[in-house]
Amino acid sequence: MSSVTLLAAAGEVGGDFFKERTSDTLPCQAQTGHPFCWDWATENIDRFRSPTVEHLELVVISVVIGFAVAFALAVLAHRRNWLRTPLLAATGILYTIPSIAFFFLLLPVTGIGKDTAIVALAVYTLQIIYRNMMLGLDNVPSSTKEAARGMGYTDRQILWKVELPLAVPEIVAGLRVAIVSTIAIATLAVFIGGGGLGTQIYGGGNLTFPTSVFIALAIVLLMAMVFHVGLLLAQRFLTPWQKARSI
Amino acid sequence: MSATLIPFASFGGAIEFIFSEQTSNVTGGQKVGGLEQAIELTLKQLEVTALALALALIVALPIGLYLGHKGRGEVVLVGLANAGRALPELAMIALVAALIGIGLLPVTLALAVLGIPPIISNAYVGVRQVDRATVDAARGMGMSELEIIRKVELPLSISTVMGGIRSATIAIVATATIAPLAGVETLGDFIINASIYGDDGRLAGAILVALLALAIEGLLALLQRRLTSDGLKVKTA
Repeated sequence: MSSVTLLAAAGEVGGDFFKERTSDTLPCQAQTGHPFCWDWATENIDRFRSPTVEHLELVVISVVIGFAVAFALAVLAHRRNWLRTPLLAATGILYTIPSIAFFFLLLPVTGIGKDTAIVALAVYTLQIIYRNMMLGLDNVPSSTKEAARGMGYTDRQILWKVELPLAVPEIVAGLRVAIVSTIAIATLAVFIGGGGLGTQIYGGGNLTFPTSVFIALAIVLLMAMVFHVGLLLAQRFLTPWQKARSI
Repeated sequence: MSATLIPFASFGGAIEFIFSEQTSNVTGGQKVGGLEQAIELTLKQLEVTALALALALIVALPIGLYLGHKGRGEVVLVGLANAGRALPELAMIALVAALIGIGLLPVTLALAVLGIPPIISNAYVGVRQVDRATVDAARGMGMSELEIIRKVELPLSISTVMGGIRSATIAIVATATIAPLAGVETLGDFIINASIYGDDGRLAGAILVALLALAIEGLLALLQRRLTSDGLKVKTA
């Protein structure tokens, strides 16, 4: 008996019930393993709006905090040389701990929600930003610093007016890497109740619904690209002399 | 309950969970936790991490070293490195589970994909940074291109190359934590299925995952020291 006759026979017996189970009539999102449902996507794109905003908040707040702390640590280590290696090691250890483990190690202290996610994400950026800042400060030629000293600059003035501006390319590069990684890792905040785009990947049956995962993935990649390009442009704007040199 | 005491109490419970089996308060009667299960899940996480890292190395290292040697493909590699960083591991695991299937092989593939970009780009950058005069000298001594990569460029760029391997390993072992979502029971099972293991189990999972990642990173740092030639150590000291 061919499958066509089987189907026909089943159709007679099962009637409407059988008909509804065929893939033609079931909406795309009810079929398992369907890669992408355009109809669902166009109708439900609104539900991604507030997770996207939440995601942005998580990323921006944690990177701003991470940057402030790493900046302070780098300036400190720049002034007191003996702190350099211990700080690198300490931020390295924090960087090595997987974020999802970090979330739950913090849980007894900071509880469920955004705070825990932000602390863990901020800590994660420390190593990247700190290392790049130290690299940038080290790359400033000593002759430039001596010239500044000869012009009567104090140590503080040299740091703020000579060394930090010259280190901008490395600092911005570090910031770029930190932001792009944080955008990706912030999807894990869903595990600690931190919201964000992870909620559209995990939870509420989304895990087995590729359409939602793909849309969340696309938004994450787009967000990363926007920040990446934006920071490249910002770097150009902040270091006009680089452009002059390349011409 | 005093807010200051809760953290210590929970850590105590988590440590107990690791060392002694206890009855799950949710599933009724089922025994969870204990050293045996902790070791079993740790080994699973190590297994999937090692497999994925090996696969990523086999694919990425030759490509990165070769392109670095030739000095080609920089634009593509920089793009790849950036895209790799932007890939959310949670989405990768979800898509692999939904579209390819669950189990060790799909998860290994997904983790390897996360490990490839940092290995390729660091190998490329490392080899590029080797002084071209040194390479020319090696060529003048009659070394073949393969020998130059293996005996000159790789040893001189080992810290950058290992840096990429270490980033890849950190990413892989971290993502292996969410592998239970795709049917591979790693230590993340304690974290993700907190309904079975309870709060103690979840914290125990977090502690074990953190220790495992630190241990692996420590081993790789030691390995890097071993691989660095003595001549280079003197120079940096």
